[in-house]
Amino acid sequence: MTFSQRHIEVDGCKTSLRRGGSGEPLLYLHGAAGAGTVLPFMTKLAERFDVLVPEHPGFGLSDEPEWLENIHDLAYFYLDVLRALDLRDAHVVGSSIGGWLALEMAVRDTSRIKSLVLVGPSGITAPGVQPGDIFLWSPAELQRNLFFDQAIAEQRLAEPATPEQLDIALKNRHTVARLAWEPRLHDPFLRKWLHRVDVPVKIVWGADDRILPVAYAHEFKKLMPGAELEIIPRCGHLPQVEQADAFCDIVFRFLSRR
Amino acid sequence: MQVILFHLMPYADLDLQSARRHGTVWVTLPNRHFDPEQGHKLYHRYLDELEYGEELGFDAVSVNEHHQTAYGLMPSPIVTASALARRTKRVRIAILGSALPLREHPLTVAEEHAMIDVLSGGRLISGFVRGIGAEYHTFGVNPTFSHDRFHEAHDLIVRAWTEPGPFAFQGRHYNVQYVNLWPRPFQKPHPPIWIPSQGSKETIDWASHPDRRYTYLQTFSPAKVVQRYLKLYRDTCKGYGYDAADRQLGWAVPVYVGETDEAARAEAKPHFEAFRNVFVRMPIEMLLPPGYTSRESLKNVMKAKAEMFGDITIDKALELGLFVCGSPATVRQAFTGYWQEMRFGNLLVMCQFGTLPADLTRKNLELFARDVMPALKALG
Repeated sequence: MTFSQRHIEVDGCKTSLRRGGSGEPLLYLHGAAGAGTVLPFMTKLAERFDVLVPEHPGFGLSDEPEWLENIHDLAYFYLDVLRALDLRDAHVVGSSIGGWLALEMAVRDTSRIKSLVLVGPSGITAPGVQPGDIFLWSPAELQRNLFFDQAIAEQRLAEPATPEQLDIALKNRHTVARLAWEPRLHDPFLRKWLHRVDVPVKIVWGADDRILPVAYAHEFKKLMPGAELEIIPRCGHLPQVEQADAFCDIVFRFLSRR
Repeated sequence: MQVILFHLMPYADLDLQSARRHGTVWVTLPNRHFDPEQGHKLYHRYLDELEYGEELGFDAVSVNEHHQTAYGLMPSPIVTASALARRTKRVRIAILGSALPLREHPLTVAEEHAMIDVLSGGRLISGFVRGIGAEYHTFGVNPTFSHDRFHEAHDLIVRAWTEPGPFAFQGRHYNVQYVNLWPRPFQKPHPPIWIPSQGSKETIDWASHPDRRYTYLQTFSPAKVVQRYLKLYRDTCKGYGYDAADRQLGWAVPVYVGETDEAARAEAKPHFEAFRNVFVRMPIEMLLPPGYTSRESLKNVMKAKAEMFGDITIDKALELGLFVCGSPATVRQAFTGYWQEMRFGNLLVMCQFGTLPADLTRKNLELFARDVMPALKALG
């Protein structure tokens, strides 16, 4: 399955969009590391869905608009994207900060959203746990803490970054800080409105997530009792990368019932 | 030239081995390493050293602000400056500086500085800084808004000091219905404002602007870097259509004077190396959180990482001009030479650094004040 890449302009922001496959629309919202390449799980999802992978404003090849100050700005932006592309009945899949973003969209307006798949989402606090300090870790610590399978981390660390990749990594990091430095990786007001999410929700979590420990999954389940929770053993913060097949199966099974 | 005695008030009783093992004395070094009994003694010792600065003839004594670190025990320079305001009579008191973006509300800075200015009869020099990168980790303030908050806080403070109140202030970060400062500052129109910096074009453009003409202090940098930034400041002023006065430029540097070059070097060595290689050290992620500097500057620092973040010896520091140390004649000559090249009107000397104990600090102060300072004051 091949993906095309182009730029769309919404709210004055030139936004990189990769798109591949056919079927019902599936909008993938990336996390802190961005979505600079088409990963195997995207290709696999594109076997059954029309998969859209934008790079958020402030990330990757997209503009850094002046208006981007917090996660709410990004949520309104993506609601505008759904309208601009005239997507209806979209399945929104969000990882980490992208999962938080999906929730911020859904508490505002689900009229174009059919379901949510949240993969290790941030967005709330959980009593007694802190997220890993992604801003204080060195790049090597970050990679090692992202994965259960340390071989993946070592392999990533062994690949030298090009100057262009380094520039994008710094840009992404800047935007993550803008959105999530404080309050750290959450919106204190979001939890009050999670009951407004009136579409089916699947929460997927790596049992060995060291960025957002699995205690967050249970807190989400408490706040959204109707959501389905699936915890993947021997898996870190990015199930879609670390266990792509298992992850895609979960998505396919969940969405086939919708 | 004005000569200012600068103090960081480090936790000199630090267990250096533990600190080394931990990797940094900032943000995460457990505070069980701070002993309040020792802290009590250190505060009094350090305040005595600054008060002695008046007797020794320094033009100003200076304190600064750092948070949650053994590097400096002044989370509030207001407290130390207030103590100095009562115990000194003539010397100027410089707060270099208050970290504006870290404050919840900048009016508290306007108020506290105005209090000290009134209390001291107009002896305050107000420094404004953004706080260092590590402090964005400790305080949680978003570093990507650091510049915005700094500029807006500055505008609010200067207006609060100078405009008749009450008036309303509408900002992006701060909104106040009634700005109406009691007390107003003693000095007219307000205390002089100094801007300490590790060197940034953006800061220089802003500080040197004809509306401000703030004194720019280059802190703890190799002499070549000091020279580059002070020249950039002068060139920027020219670009604005005026010549910078020498008093708009300053350099802050650790200094040690001994009887001979050899004695000075031997006495200073362990304490300077503790300062440079233990107290200053922190990982790059702590020093430069995203948005604290431009991404271009961040990349430059990453390139120079080995040089900036590795250990250096006292000899290397002397070669780089990060530290000035030697007999009175050597130190006099060094500063005279630097002054001829850079024409800084303010020299801030840090005569206590790292673990330097009370007796050596006192000797350093006395030798510097007696055998070096008069020659420097006679320059320009």
